[in-house]
Amino acid sequence: MFQSFLIKYAEIGVKGKNRYLFEDALVEQIRFALKKVDGTFDVHKTSGRIYVDAKTEFDFDDVVAALQKVFGISGICPVVFVEDKGFEQLGKDVIDYIDRTYPDKNITFKVQARRARKNYPLDSTEINRELGAVLLEAFPELKVDVHTPQVLLNVEIREKIYIYSRIIPGPGGMPIGTSGKAMLLLSGGIDSPVAGYMISKRGVKLEAVYFHAPPYTSERAKQKVVDLAHYVAAYAGPMRLHVVNFTDIQLYIYEKCPHDELTIIMRRYMMRIAEAIANETDCQGLVTGESIGQVASQTMQSLACTNDVCTMPVYRPLIAFDKQDIVDISEKIDTYETSIQPYEDCCTIFVAKHPVTKPNVNVIRIHEQNLEEKIDDMVKEALESREIIEVE
Amino acid sequence: MEVYLDNSATTCTFTEAADLMHEVMCKEYGNPSSMHMKGVEAERYVSDARKTLAGILKVNEKEIFFTSGGTESDNWALIGTAMANNRAGKHIITTKVEHPAILRTTEYLQSLGFEITYLPVDEKGFVRIEDLERALRRDTILVSMMYVNNEVGAKMPVEEAGAVIKRFNPSIVFHVDAVQGFGKFAIHPKKCGIDLLSVSGHKIHGPKGIGFLYINEKVKIKPIHYGGGQQKGMRSGTENVPGIAGLAKASELIYQSLSEDTDRLYSLREMLVRELQTIPDVMINGPKGREGAPHIVSASFMGIRSEVLLHALEDKGVYVSAGSACAAKKHSTSETLKAMHIPMEQMDSTLRFSFSIFTTTGEIEYTMKCLREIVPMLRRYTRR
Repeated sequence: MFQSFLIKYAEIGVKGKNRYLFEDALVEQIRFALKKVDGTFDVHKTSGRIYVDAKTEFDFDDVVAALQKVFGISGICPVVFVEDKGFEQLGKDVIDYIDRTYPDKNITFKVQARRARKNYPLDSTEINRELGAVLLEAFPELKVDVHTPQVLLNVEIREKIYIYSRIIPGPGGMPIGTSGKAMLLLSGGIDSPVAGYMISKRGVKLEAVYFHAPPYTSERAKQKVVDLAHYVAAYAGPMRLHVVNFTDIQLYIYEKCPHDELTIIMRRYMMRIAEAIANETDCQGLVTGESIGQVASQTMQSLACTNDVCTMPVYRPLIAFDKQDIVDISEKIDTYETSIQPYEDCCTIFVAKHPVTKPNVNVIRIHEQNLEEKIDDMVKEALESREIIEVE
Repeated sequence: MEVYLDNSATTCTFTEAADLMHEVMCKEYGNPSSMHMKGVEAERYVSDARKTLAGILKVNEKEIFFTSGGTESDNWALIGTAMANNRAGKHIITTKVEHPAILRTTEYLQSLGFEITYLPVDEKGFVRIEDLERALRRDTILVSMMYVNNEVGAKMPVEEAGAVIKRFNPSIVFHVDAVQGFGKFAIHPKKCGIDLLSVSGHKIHGPKGIGFLYINEKVKIKPIHYGGGQQKGMRSGTENVPGIAGLAKASELIYQSLSEDTDRLYSLREMLVRELQTIPDVMINGPKGREGAPHIVSASFMGIRSEVLLHALEDKGVYVSAGSACAAKKHSTSETLKAMHIPMEQMDSTLRFSFSIFTTTGEIEYTMKCLREIVPMLRRYTRR
């Protein structure tokens, strides 16, 4: 029944002179998302709107599901085209549309016409009134409500006539690629994929880094992270996953530093390595899934300690989220089931029974000096030997 | 070098079996139930396979029923027997060290009102005949015991058990899960009072997804699959003809040179056990020498978590499993090792090495070389 989708976007509309950049990025992202769907689609901008016209048969649910993953879309309106064969025929078409779209006619409505083609014999006020009358005659249960109608029936007079009324909510946010690029520290847990999703929702393109510690972490643990990156990429677009072998650094810290500081020092090296890769790959920030107080390494003092080694901004979109709220989002973006697979990640291998919860950054810096002899070479080696996986 | 020492999890398929299956899949792909020539051709593979397998077990070919593998055979043996004999009694005896295909099924039967007795094992993993004798009751309808334990290789006293059961009450059904024993030992169910015997294809270099259940024709058992009435209505569903052909071919090959292969496997086992004991703080779990199966060695490397050692060996191309592969995935502790009263710390450090007829002394030497490097290194870094 539907041949097109009108794409609504919220914030892009207020971007002033840069608006076209955002719109073009959104068109690009929509085209990319629809490549995965069967059918051919023409995505175009027409007088300040984006339309997705189907050129072939397509599966309605598949298209909507794909569009619901494109950041920047606030609403998706399925549109019916009809040929202009005079006003009487338009009345019949509108009756047919309402009949098929709303099986239960006990609803309030309002007609909102737009006359883009100015030579149409009726003006928009006349169209509203006349079509309203035609509908009321056809379906006596309908009621008009001009202030808060349940159904706002849009009728746009263009080359063809566009009829639409339903708005399916989109994911919101900004189109990917309009806000720069960030490096996501991706573990196998619940939080980091959600953090990646949330940052990319603001239009940020992602790269990701994972710290692998064979033989302490398994090939399956790595595959799990690749799978998680894949789910995030469904929203954030294709990304590169940098897999860094962290075993030697971790064992060296274990040998040379106080055991209760192992995790915090380890995390400081992860941040350093992530920042180095971020610089190489033109990222403007780091993203982590940290949330205050969730574990020992995420107290305010611990966060200050890890933050200490970065010059790049570190974005922590989940910082004030409760665990359940994070779980809810992970379920929505399909990462939860994968995240809870029980493979050990490198943070838990040698974790102390009582790790420091209030580390003092000056003390940590002094203890890190124990690593001076070899650590720079080890970091260099870790960076050079990293594996890069393209994830779609 | 790649060394596959996880043959109790699964084995590589014999080339001859795979070639035969390819032929059946692409050329003689008929449905055995079809009336035309294509069906007749396919049916021949099934009946020939039955003959081969019946010959190996020295049973009647009518007593071989093909299934999807060990798990289905075990489920059918237990549920089918329980359902057919519940008027005679509701008591079932099994052991604490069975495969989950048995233990989860007895739990299910318990939920239906059956009473289950789990026999303990000794420190080497063997069931004691006295415990079985004590557990038998007037309302016992079924005893299920594995031929070889999959985790430590203990070979259960199946022959004595069969004699004891039949002396006590000949109508008690005796099921043996021989998934780890078939292809390693000559098994003749009729001589040891075995009424039902489960076998799986992929543990003996056959394909996955195929196995069979031997059912003594005198035993009362109900089907658990209903449908088109194949296999005399006992196991409906179009026969997995390529799988059946592959299973029969693999069985034939594995039994061709059984005694030489068994001797060689025992000497490999002795070699590995001897070498392992030269590493400090390594304990061998389960049976010694020829008391157990020839292809399984369970060893604990104290102070190292098994998962870590497994991945370190994997890095060198050596594939082993932690405890039992199925148990390892769930991060649960091994039922067998627990029943043997092995301390938690030792259980968590346990690896299982399992051989096949393709395992060589060179592979064992390489594995030992890797272990001598890795074990001291990993012991430097332990959870403090």
